[in-house]
Amino acid sequence: MTFELSHFNAALVFALCASVVFGITQRNTTRDMLRYGAYCFAMFIGGVIIASWAMWIIKH
Amino acid sequence: MANPQNSAALPRNAAPSSKAAPQTNSMTIIAPIAGWLLPGLGHMIQRRYIRGVLLMAAIFTMFFAGLGMQGKIYSFNTGDLLDILGFVGDLGAGLLYIVARVMDWGVGNIHRAVADYGTKFIVVAGLLNIIATVDAYHIAIGKKE
Repeated sequence: MTFELSHFNAALVFALCASVVFGITQRNTTRDMLRYGAYCFAMFIGGVIIASWAMWIIKH
Repeated sequence: MANPQNSAALPRNAAPSSKAAPQTNSMTIIAPIAGWLLPGLGHMIQRRYIRGVLLMAAIFTMFFAGLGMQGKIYSFNTGDLLDILGFVGDLGAGLLYIVARVMDWGVGNIHRAVADYGTKFIVVAGLLNIIATVDAYHIAIGKKE
């Protein structure tokens, strides 16, 4: 079974899975886990968007 | 009898609850091994069912997404350093890695750019499982609730 993912969708899946694991393992309370997971997810996706715009600016 | 080493990890005024109480010594060995073999199982056998299911879902999704993108599964090798590290990362997925090797999944596809992402997904799934395994151990020794 194979499937096609766009680069951005692949980054979304990666960010979601990694954020879940980071949130659960790096914090002690449920509230902190949720907050840290959301923070990691935002940082992953924010990093992707910033890096992609930076590459676009370098190219042009 | 309370183990002074484990009770030192609790806050000074915290009343020891059944959930935060340190597990038996056997659990400190069983939980990491179970967690490594099957992602999330180390948490589930310590009654952290929701955490275990979430960890399992995240790591399984990542591993099988990597396979779906035609990522490569590394085998044991003594060649390039990055290949050796790739093998170590893959091995972190435990039974998932063993099953994938036995079934001959993950042969890779150098003609697709996304396949390279898949290879990284599989390695990272193994690395995330190692983090989850260490977390299961910390719960077993009472360092974490």
